[in-house]
Formats: sequence, structure tokens, C-alpha cells
Amino acid sequence: MGLMEKIFALLEHGPGEHWGVHPDDRKRPAADAPVRILPLPERLHVPLQQHIGAAARPIVLVGQKVLKGQLLAEAQGVTSANIHASTSGTITAIGEITAPHPSGLPCAAITITADGEDRWIETEPAVDPFSLAPKDIAARIAAAGVVGLGGATFPSALKLGLGLRAKIHTLILNGGECEPYLSCDDRLMRDFAAEIVDGVRIMLHATGAQKAQIGIEDNKPEAIAAMTTAARKYAEITVCPVPARYPMGSEKHLFSALTGQEVPADGRTTDLGALVHNVGTAWAVHEALRNNRPLVERIVTVNGSAIAFPGNIRVPVGALVEDVLAYASLKEEPARLVMGGPMMGSLLPHTRVPVVKGSSGILALTAAEAAAYDPGPCIRCSSCVRACPVGLLPLEMSARIATSDLNGAVDLGLKDCIACGCCSFVCPSHIPLVHYFNHAKGELAAQGRTQLRNEAAKRLAVARAERIERDTREKAEAAARRKAERMAQKAAEAAAAAAAGNTTASEVTT
Amino acid sequence: MGEFLILLVSTALVNNVVLIKFLGLCPFMGVSKNTESALGMGMATTFVITLATAATWILEAWLLQPLGLGYLRILTFILVIAATVQFVEMVVKKSSPELYQALGIYLPLITTNCAVLGIALLNVMEKSSFVHSMVAGFGSALGFTLVLLIFAGLRERLALARVPAAFVGAPIGFVLASLLALAFMGFSGLNLK
Amino acid sequence: MIAAILSLTLLGIALGFGLGFAAKKFAVEVDANVAEIEALMPGTNCGQCGFPGCSGAAAALASGTASPTVCPPGGKALIQALAAKLGVSVDLSGVADEGPKIAAVQEEICIGCCRCLKDCPTDAIVGAAKQIHAVMREACTGCEACVDRCPTGAITMDPVPMTLQHWVWPKPLSEGAKAWA
Repeated sequence: MGLMEKIFALLEHGPGEHWGVHPDDRKRPAADAPVRILPLPERLHVPLQQHIGAAARPIVLVGQKVLKGQLLAEAQGVTSANIHASTSGTITAIGEITAPHPSGLPCAAITITADGEDRWIETEPAVDPFSLAPKDIAARIAAAGVVGLGGATFPSALKLGLGLRAKIHTLILNGGECEPYLSCDDRLMRDFAAEIVDGVRIMLHATGAQKAQIGIEDNKPEAIAAMTTAARKYAEITVCPVPARYPMGSEKHLFSALTGQEVPADGRTTDLGALVHNVGTAWAVHEALRNNRPLVERIVTVNGSAIAFPGNIRVPVGALVEDVLAYASLKEEPARLVMGGPMMGSLLPHTRVPVVKGSSGILALTAAEAAAYDPGPCIRCSSCVRACPVGLLPLEMSARIATSDLNGAVDLGLKDCIACGCCSFVCPSHIPLVHYFNHAKGELAAQGRTQLRNEAAKRLAVARAERIERDTREKAEAAARRKAERMAQKAAEAAAAAAAGNTTASEVTT
Repeated sequence: MGEFLILLVSTALVNNVVLIKFLGLCPFMGVSKNTESALGMGMATTFVITLATAATWILEAWLLQPLGLGYLRILTFILVIAATVQFVEMVVKKSSPELYQALGIYLPLITTNCAVLGIALLNVMEKSSFVHSMVAGFGSALGFTLVLLIFAGLRERLALARVPAAFVGAPIGFVLASLLALAFMGFSGLNLK
Repeated sequence: MIAAILSLTLLGIALGFGLGFAAKKFAVEVDANVAEIEALMPGTNCGQCGFPGCSGAAAALASGTASPTVCPPGGKALIQALAAKLGVSVDLSGVADEGPKIAAVQEEICIGCCRCLKDCPTDAIVGAAKQIHAVMREACTGCEACVDRCPTGAITMDPVPMTLQHWVWPKPLSEGAKAWA
């Protein structure tokens, strides 16, 4: 192919044809091992914030006995989610634990000492979800504390309400699971296909969408087969295999792959009539509506070369990573511990970190797998430009961020960056490009917060100045009034005295 | 017409005032941090040079030559240039405070910019016609703006590059300027006929 | 000789008149800039900059006697806004932004004298006579106006603790940093 033909081909298909990377997926043999159940740990540390938005407010007391599924903390504000007990036992502390976050900072958590019975709380029998109004379904999903299980942990009830308001016509189920190593969604689709399909039907009812498309990467043939069989009875649900490519699990990219339409940078899929949910969320919706069970456990992939028995494990929310690792047993000391996938997951500072609703995997990587290199100078090969799934120029943006020119990076589209890590993955100089973007986004957010704070301070200062002015004015007015009153009183007294004088005088005269 | 075109190319590129004659190096290094202020500086200088060329030609032809006052040439020229620069400064301050801030000290310094005086003096030495002088002056000014703009664009890229500590700032700027001068020397082989 | 003197004098007079006329025609009122700069400032008049209030600092900024880094409570965001407004470039990496600080009342020392309440530009300290005062964290701008007012030294400036919501990825070391060093 000549150069001109190449250019024409590029113009014809657009750069969209080239996005993404193809990392070695390393999902097997973990994906093929049956799901195991983690033996109940002695203590569970349930963080109050496992979702995007405000932390939940605890409603239990230390020393209180709770049952599995009992509400521990309730959602606070619009974007928040309920937190439930993941086992039965006693609340022994409401304190702090290291958050599953790269900062290693603590977060508030409720500690439950398990009684070993793992007894569910009594619930009223479930009603047929299709007899409920969409609003009531959303309320039940919110009550069950269901959040997006794809990793973003956005409260699902809110998202369904958003879909209902936007009058979406298609519900897209994200079974992409494009991150290497992870197979929790794959395993869920193989083992709980009927439950997921049921959850999809409930979500269709809750959003008013006419059809559902389940997008699954073609490197998961077993999951595709299981889901196709389960969805056969329902004409409105179709299973759509999509090519395996990272980041297929990004909702805008999965939407494009399924519909051929591109979502504008400043828009959402709902603008084009589609709502994207993770398959794990569909399972959680099924559990919430059919069994009245809140979201208190999830399937976590435990993988990496340092793990002796890699596979998928059902883990109660709040179990520590060290409990999970002890169960899966370590072959050697891992060089790096990651929660989530290797591309977007967060580095764990140590193993005393709880599993939360959004934890898709725990990876114990050996030094050979983690492969840390010192970054070299940019050779301007533009590999990152070809890999970027949103069509940005990572090399140019990082160069600006390196010289503290954050606005220059924003002009180049920093805000559209989805932090997928494709650029860092392909960079032959091992430049931590996505690290630059995360830093810049955080820095910009911090500047925005300072600005808001300054504006609030200005309002307070103005209000104070007004108050002081009003106070002095009112004081002056009150003083003037009192003076006037005193004068009036004096005048009245004088008049009365004069009158009295007159009477006495008249009395005397009479 | 063809003659003027040749004159324009000759003064702007082949005999570039900055890179071939090495006049006006002060703003070339000073106001080339970003393209916006470089363009502003270029336009202000173009205006001053063109106006000064016209004024000095008239001064030379109608005052200095008839009265035989050739020895007052530099004195009167600087007077005229200074007045023009003052005028430009007022206009820039009024129309674009941002540009005024960005140009800073370099705006009044156009007065002592050797490119302005140099072009005016060279034009007078040539003893060419008024239109000829004007085209030559404007062409030189255009060449100055062009070079300033190219250099500012290069320095914007340079700001993103990792430069060895010893070369940070002006040193690497001079290395860049010399490379640019080398490139402009290529125009000297241009066959304009 | 006469010709030279005459021609130079005439030239000077003509140019002088021309410039005088232009100065009238293109006169700018300088104060427009000051008002715009003042709008950017925090407006708490805390006095940390050393100028009389935010309007004083704005005037100093407009006349170029103060640097955009003059206002500590404004933080990096304000520095950038001011630099853009004034058309100057500021190297932010040199600005020591050791993080915001806010006032805290040491409860065991506070005697409840109410002096600090009156000095707080944002009404961030609450309390009554003979009652221990407290600082509302959200409203405190960290201007330190209250610190010197306290007769018992009960007010200290504490760094705002880093939380998950405020944590920012550190800037990565530049590529090749080791190679050049």
C-alpha cells in the first residue's frame, strides 16, 4: 500500500479504527477454575464509602448485634449508596482502615466481628418486579445499595432514573471485561447467566428501554454461549460478541462497537438513547429484586504469577486482602499488589485493605510481570497517539504537564482522557503518561476547589460587612429612638407636673 | 511590479535584517517567548519601520539634502523614530493592554532598536525613489516579523523539551538562533531573475 | 548653522504637538484594570499580603509593584488567574504551596473572651462569652487574623489533613531526569 493510499484509508475510516491496545490477556487458567467461596474471616471492615459521591452515614452503634444484610449506614445526599452488613455478628468498631486507593490514606469503616452463623436478616417475601412501577424498582435497588460493579461504582438506581428520564431505547450490558487477568464477569456470566438475564429484564422494565444488547469480548466463548442460551427465550435481549481489544469495557467504546455510532466528547451514551450497565450490576439487581438481598458480596478474581491457586472467589464486602490472599495462597512474595485490573487498578500499599463493592480483582504480580522500568526521553514515535482510544496526543499533553502548563494540556483535550493507560502501556520509553494525566486532573480539580472556597469566603466577607453596617445603623437608630422616647417622656412628665400643679392650685383656690 | 516583488523577497528573506544583517537582536531574543507577543512586537515594529522610512525619506529629500545638513542625519532620524514609537506605544496601550504588558520594556526600546535606524539609514544611502524605499523598508520589517514569529514558535516547542541544565534559557536560544541563521543563509543562493 | 537650528527646532515642535494630540486621543483610564483584579481577589481583606485590604493589593498588582504570588489564601489558582490577567508568566513550581492551613482552637486554653470572633473576616469562629470557641472548618480561609488576637495563644494554624477526596497524584519525575542529573 502506497503512502497516499494509506492516507486515504485513514481519512475514510478515521483514526477510530486504530484505537486501543492488545495486551496478552492472561485470563486463563483462573477463568476456567470454578468459583470458590472465601471461608468467613473473623472480622470484616466495611468502608462507609464504596461508591462515587458522599460517604454513607452509620446508623448502628458499637456493641450492637447485626444480621447479614442489615443496614449499617444509609445513603447521604443524592449521589450516595446504602451499606449493609456482609455477615452476622457484633459491631466492634466504627473507625478507620486503609482505603483501597493508591494514596494509602485511611477511610471510615465499620468493623464487624463475625459470629460464624452468617445468618441473613428476615425479609418480607419478594414481589414480582414486573408489577412494580419503574420508580419503585429504582427505590428497591437504591435500598439494596447496588452500585455499578464495572469499577466506577456509580449508584445504579440513579443511573436507571437517568435512563428513564432520557427515554433511552437500548440497554447495553457491558460484559467486555477488557482488562487483562480479570475474569470475574466472565465467571459470573458462565455460572449465573439466567440470573443476569433476569436482572436485564428488570432493568429494561425500570428504564422503559425496548431492547438490550449484551456486549461480550470474543475471547470469552463460554460466556457468550451461556448467555446466548439464557437469553434465547427473550427476543428483546441479544448477545453481541465484540472483538477483544482494550479498553472495550469503556462505555463509550462498547457503545460504538455495538452501534457504529460515536459518542461526542462532551456527551453521554444516554444522549444517543442508550444506557450502559455492567453485567455484574444486572446480577446485583436480580438479587435485590427477586431475593431481597442487598449487595454484600461479590466475585473477585485473584490472579497473578505469585498466586498458587489463581481463580475467582466469592468474597464478602469488607474482607481484607490478606484473608483472600491467605485462602488463595501465595507462591512467593509479590513485587506488586494491585486491586482491580493491571491497566487501571490501584496499587495497594499493603494487604490490610478491605475488598469493596467495586473490587473486581486482586493481583499479586511478580517482579517479572510488574516490569518496572526507568522512563527514558520521548522519541516522538507517536505510538501513544495511535493507541489513544479517544484520539488525544498523549506525548504533547505530558510534555506540557511536565513544564506545569496545565492549561496547555487542557487545550489539547486533557479532560477527555479516560485514564485507560493505553499510552503508558505502548510507550517504548516507558514514560508514565497516564500518571501525568492523573496528576494534572487532580491538580486542576484542586485548583477548582480552591476557587470555590475563595468565592465562598468572599460571600462570607461581604455578608459580614453588610451585617456590621446594619448593626451600626440599627444601633444608631435605636439610640435615636430611645433619645426621642426620653424626650417625649420628659415632656409628658413636665406636662403632667404642670397639670398637677394647676389642679393643686385650683384645688387651693377652690 | 516584478521589480518590487523582487525587492520585497530580497529584503525580507535574502538580506534578512535579523539573521543576515544581525540588526535588532535585542527583541529577537527578548520578545520571542510566545508567538502572540512576537506577532504583536513584529506588527508594532513593522508599523514603526514603515512609517519611519517614509518620514526619514521625506526629511532627507526635502530638508537635509537641500540645506546640506547631512551631518544631522542620525540626530533627526532618531527624533522621528522616537516620536513614532511613542505614538505606537500609546495606541498599543489603548487597544490591547495585554499586549502592552507582554511587550513591556521592549516596546519603548524599539526607539533604540538598531533595525529601525539601520533600515532608515541604509535606504537613504541607496538614494532610491520614495516608493522603492518604502517597499524596501516594509520588506525588511516583514522579514523581521517573520523571523521573530518563526523563532517564537520554535521556542514554544523548546519550552517543552528537556534541555541539559547548562543550556537552559538563553544559551539554547542562541544555539537555535544560529541554526535558524544557517537556514536563512540558504536564501542567498536564490535566483530572483 | 541657522538653518540647522531652525530645522531641528521646528521638527521638535511639530513632533511635540503631534504626540500631545495623540496622548489626548489615546488616553486610558488606569482604574478599569484595578476593579477587574479586585474581583479576582478573595475579598476577605485579611491583610496577609501587607497591603491595606484586597483593593490595596489589587492596586499594587495593577501598577506592577506586587507579584501575582502576593496572596497566600488565594493559592495557585489565584496566582494563575492573576498572571493571565496581568499578562505575565509565573513559575508555579517555585511557589511553596505547602498546603492550606486553617485555624484551630486549643480547647483547654481558650478562655472565651470573644476577641477572635470580631477579627475573623469570614465569621468562621463561633462562640459566646465564657464559652469555648470553635472554628468552622469550611468557612476558615487560613488568613491568620485571629492568631495574634488571642490573649492566651489558644489559636494555632494546623495544616488541613489530607483526605481521599483531596488527594492528588504527585507529579511524576520527568523522563530522563536520571540521565541528565
